[in-house]
Amino acid sequence: MGPVIQVVGVRKTYGATVAVDEVSFEVKDGEIFGLIGPNGAGKTTTMECIEGLRKPDRGSISVLGLDPFRDVYKLQDRIGVQLQQAQLQKRIKVWEAADLWASLYQKKAIDAERLLKQLGLTEKRDAWFMNLSGGQKQRLFIALALINDPEVVFLDELTTGLDPQSRRAIWELVRGIRERGKTVFLTTHLMEEAERLCDRVAIIEHGRIIDIDRPENLVKRHCPERTVILATDDPAAEERFRAIPRVEAVNRSDSQFTIRGRNDDLVTEVIHCLSENRIRVTDFRTILPNLEDVFLKLTGHSIRD
Amino acid sequence: MMLRGLWKLTWIELKIFLREPLGAVGTIVVPVLVFLVVGRLLGRGLAPSALAANTFIGVGLPVLASVLIAVSSVLSLVTIISIYREGGILKRLRATPLRPQTILSAHVVVKLLLTAATLGLMLLAGKRYYPVCVHAPLFGFTIALLISTWSVLSIGFLIASIVPTARFAQPIGAFIMYPMIAFSGLFVPVVLLPPAMRAVARVLPLTYAVSLLEGIWKGDAWSSHLGDVAALVVVFVICTAISAKVFRWE
Repeated sequence: MGPVIQVVGVRKTYGATVAVDEVSFEVKDGEIFGLIGPNGAGKTTTMECIEGLRKPDRGSISVLGLDPFRDVYKLQDRIGVQLQQAQLQKRIKVWEAADLWASLYQKKAIDAERLLKQLGLTEKRDAWFMNLSGGQKQRLFIALALINDPEVVFLDELTTGLDPQSRRAIWELVRGIRERGKTVFLTTHLMEEAERLCDRVAIIEHGRIIDIDRPENLVKRHCPERTVILATDDPAAEERFRAIPRVEAVNRSDSQFTIRGRNDDLVTEVIHCLSENRIRVTDFRTILPNLEDVFLKLTGHSIRD
Repeated sequence: MMLRGLWKLTWIELKIFLREPLGAVGTIVVPVLVFLVVGRLLGRGLAPSALAANTFIGVGLPVLASVLIAVSSVLSLVTIISIYREGGILKRLRATPLRPQTILSAHVVVKLLLTAATLGLMLLAGKRYYPVCVHAPLFGFTIALLISTWSVLSIGFLIASIVPTARFAQPIGAFIMYPMIAFSGLFVPVVLLPPAMRAVARVLPLTYAVSLLEGIWKGDAWSSHLGDVAALVVVFVICTAISAKVFRWE
């Protein structure tokens, strides 16, 4: 089976502002694919072009073999969408929204009440939308995105503004979507979210894709640095550490040492050195780079700036 | 399939509207009460023959009340559409297989239902307390009011397509709609207006709505008002076509 989503050379401008340019990538069947970047990088524009809500100025997009703009209604029937900053009618009840959405699609798929139960909304089924908490609203939007048993689910900044507990609960839900064999396309500016959730990520900045890969591969490729921090009173330690092969720097401050290298084996080598020389340590930590560091390296600034 | 969506959406929008604070009271109860109170105050002590002679109480007031219902439903529509747009509700509805025309139709149907309900109550109450209602052709008049409202609602869509934010929707709508009432021939017959104002009145859709409503209320045959109906249909077609072009979802 070919890619579920194929984006080739897409460009979209608003007046003089270029929102996205030369964006190309593929999303495979059954994966969670994340588009990550700071606010204003072009994530939502890209996603809305793929959903058929916007027409790109240039380039081609295919989703499930359909042209999202030309076949938008056919496509909407097969995908599920959660939009950033969307709202529902203030006084619509939870069950009414689910019931309405269920009536909009061709295929009769999911039992709305069961879906509400899975998302922990049964107790709130008679509540008005305006009286739901942020997490409950997001869960309702996920329910609406899943109600037609879609083949691809689009989630735009799913957990923005949620507390850490609701965020974790929603991550579990998204993993559950993948386990049901769906493809998930999401955007986020939270690197932790991308790292924990996504099988592959594309880093986008200023409307251009900088790199695409599995999170761990991106880290390995762009941030191979490894750091070990340990504490010891052994007077011979510093010399021993400097003798470890391919160590690039050893810094000392009192009894604390920071050992740096750019080699996967650094941690093993340090442990080996400690045991071979019977060096007693009172502290031992490793610092591994993450997507946040990759982003910093690739763009020269933190994603939060 | 789409009919099922339209029916569900209409039903939900109707329920949502009635849940609004003052939703039912403002749209249905207040106009009926005002109509009754004004009618009783003006009509008190007049003999039935005097009522028939007084065209304002006999024809003008019921028609004015009806036009006000229509205009208020237009203003309410403009406000709802702009709030839905600003809140991202329209956008969320669009990201489904729902067609735009289905979403808009649901709102029109809700407004027409509320208009018909208000008018029905007004006339039922009027039959008892307000003698001129007795001889009015209620069914025909309701149809005339629905046609008028439907046409004037399309102006509402045009306004809703153009106003930038929800805050401006109501005042801009009122600024456009209320002067139309002054020109519509309700207070001064169109033929008696100065030529310049008459020209303005001729292009305003409300003029045709008033002419149709007054005629049907007085018992004219529909055949003598085909021109009014045609004008209202033309207004609907033009306004719908323009708003389809310029409508913004977000």
